[in-house]
Amino acid sequence: MDSYKLEVRNVSKSFPGVLALDDITIKARPGSVLVLCGENGAGKSTLMKIIDGIYQPDKGKVLIDGKPVTIRNPIQARSLGISMINQELNFIPEITIEENLFCGRLPKRGAMIDWKRIRAETSALIERENLHYAPDTRMKDLSISDIQMLEILKAISLDASIIIMDEPTSAITDREVERLFEKIAELKARGACIIYISHKMNEIFKIADDIAVMRDGRVVDSRPKEDFDIDNVISLMVGRKLENNFPERHQSPGEVALEVEGLSCPGVFRDVSFRVRGGEIVGFAGLMGAGRTEVMRAVFGLDPHGSGSIKVRGKEVRIASVNDGMRARIAMLSEDRHRYGIVPMRSVCENIGLSSLRRFIYRGRLHRAEESKTIAGLCEELSVKTPSLSTPVEALSGGNQQKVVLGKWILSDPDILIMDEPTRGIDVGAKYEIYKLMDALANKGKALVFVSSELPELIGMCDRIYVMCQGEITGELKRGEFTQEGIMRFATGQENKERVQ
Amino acid sequence: MKDRNAISRFSWSSISRRYSIYLVLFVLVAISSFVNPNFLSGENLSNVARQITVTTILAFGETLLIICGLIDLSSGSVLALSGLLSVASYKASGSMAVAFAVAIGVALICNLINALMVAKFAVPAFIATLAMQEMARGSALLFTKGQNIYQIGDYTMVGQGSVGFIPIPLFFLLAFVLMTSYMLNQTRFGRALYAIGGNQEAARASGIGIDRNKVLAFAVNGLLVGVAGVLFMSRVNAGLPNGGIGYEMNGLTASIIGGTSFSGGAGTAGGTIVGALIVGFLNNILNLANVNSYMQQIVRGAIIALAVIYDIWTKNRRTKSLVKDAAS
Repeated sequence: MDSYKLEVRNVSKSFPGVLALDDITIKARPGSVLVLCGENGAGKSTLMKIIDGIYQPDKGKVLIDGKPVTIRNPIQARSLGISMINQELNFIPEITIEENLFCGRLPKRGAMIDWKRIRAETSALIERENLHYAPDTRMKDLSISDIQMLEILKAISLDASIIIMDEPTSAITDREVERLFEKIAELKARGACIIYISHKMNEIFKIADDIAVMRDGRVVDSRPKEDFDIDNVISLMVGRKLENNFPERHQSPGEVALEVEGLSCPGVFRDVSFRVRGGEIVGFAGLMGAGRTEVMRAVFGLDPHGSGSIKVRGKEVRIASVNDGMRARIAMLSEDRHRYGIVPMRSVCENIGLSSLRRFIYRGRLHRAEESKTIAGLCEELSVKTPSLSTPVEALSGGNQQKVVLGKWILSDPDILIMDEPTRGIDVGAKYEIYKLMDALANKGKALVFVSSELPELIGMCDRIYVMCQGEITGELKRGEFTQEGIMRFATGQENKERVQ
Repeated sequence: MKDRNAISRFSWSSISRRYSIYLVLFVLVAISSFVNPNFLSGENLSNVARQITVTTILAFGETLLIICGLIDLSSGSVLALSGLLSVASYKASGSMAVAFAVAIGVALICNLINALMVAKFAVPAFIATLAMQEMARGSALLFTKGQNIYQIGDYTMVGQGSVGFIPIPLFFLLAFVLMTSYMLNQTRFGRALYAIGGNQEAARASGIGIDRNKVLAFAVNGLLVGVAGVLFMSRVNAGLPNGGIGYEMNGLTASIIGGTSFSGGAGTAGGTIVGALIVGFLNNILNLANVNSYMQQIVRGAIIALAVIYDIWTKNRRTKSLVKDAAS
């Protein structure tokens, strides 16, 4: 029988409204790499946060070297030899490299911090790893990939025996990936146990000893790498049930409303071209970080783009700001409702009217009666559940907040509506209402762009789907050709359009 | 059922929040008239009105700025500079129209510089206006080499005159409360200010011009500060380069006590004037009751602290009840 370094046994964890982890069991041997893969929202990060002590499991336990442990916080996790490299880098911009490396464990001499020792150890590490920074460089002056690399070195320098890497290659260059893999080999030789989260298939098969596939909060399969191939990993990842709860689409696409040609933004997305007709719902699939949101933000004018052209109804438009986007009658529902959607302490009425100020404020005053009549009508149409129009938006549920943001854009009457993850974080009922609304808008001849990470809803709603991977469009599928596996193959970069043609 | 509870709890706290400030004013007036019968005399009240006018006008500017996430620490100094130049130009020209034009023009320029620093160079408003505070004060002192300007003749009319029994400054006050209230409630500019202060990124993503509205907010503040400068110099009967020191703080105090949220997105003209009345009446009654002026300062400070603690407390309670509802 194998002895396991780290074992997670029957762990469950729920958050209000969702069961994030459902009876999870994973086992990792010393001196090996366990790759954890799964779609966005499969529960990988939640599981890692439990191992790191950020969350406590509702049920089940974590064992290290066969002994049950309770991990209350990340500091305790460190002392148990667990080291975590986060996908979203958390660093303090103003501190220096050496302070960052020793953050939370500054060596002391008496009551004073032993800066000499810190400098010596940092310099030694930098020399050993062949890096080219001064130990007192501030974190904010480093590039993202430098920081990622440093985080990895920091984890290694901690002499950790369990190292969790959450998509460590998402921000580093190919050469650094090679370096990372060398480091991982070193760590393995030292007997450390590595849990590696990724959905880049070629990487997974290169580095893994064992693979565990997660889906909807469960481990659906966990075996040595040799027992898997790319295709069955992909089909395990996407094996979600397709539920038949989408309004029936009768498509009758009209003229091309939006045409994007060769849009690029260095380092973010490359040569993105797509077109959307009036009355059409066009999906954008892809994994997190594929660049979908960034493309949409550029099209709407929230972020600048480098080269490429945007044509609206056949005419080329220059979009450098949101106002340009709105003048071209484009609207965008952002994926981050709290940041880019609502003004939390202001009323439902003010939030909905925010993009259509001229509609009710003209000839020198606010036409309040007209405003509340129109907005009340819209709220009814969208079935926004709110005590009154003067209720602050922060008092509403997530689904209703989302409908308020949607109402804001519908009121502004765009021809082209971009919806980025419109159903994220809202309940099933509200989701269905949003689907119905999208269908109704498309039937009115609006061009809809639907960005989503949930394949079933893309497949259920869209007339066409573009798939993006690492900043590029890798595939385009028509209704009838949609399969979750097919989309995922494009999304993980296993196939791209050239090969299909 | 649960939903209904949430709603009633919510509106209770919002009502108590909205009207508590009026209640405080009422109680203060009641106690004051009891402590000193002279408090409610016409003479005393018109005195208070003259005293609070300048501060209140500055407070309107602060309210507009704080609502959209800005602040003005320069208004006391800019008031002195614009008032001083206005006095000088009146002495040269003999025209009150010129005097007003100069005051408003100078204050406008100072505030456009503030706006430039904030909108163009992304200097935090706190720092930008702190710098302007120094520059404006220095300019005022440099202009008269530190001397006061006396014998300002009929310049004093606007600050000290009356129409019937109503002090002239009160007309300005009335005009500005109406103007501020109109801007906040009836214009695109007002809606934009609330949205920018409430969530700047969301406002931008909704097509609101952030810089344009911030510049406009500073410009309106300039108008207010300029007029306040004339009223101030007129009332003190001289051009004082050292006048109005700390007045920006008095304006801020009135604005905050009047319910303007320091984190932006909330505040009203009505609340601001009530806040100014509370501070004004409080100063007045402490004077009438012969409370020593050092003590007065302590009381004022304590009241600011309490007002803000109350503000944060009600906000926290509201958020907590919301979170509880969301979780259940």
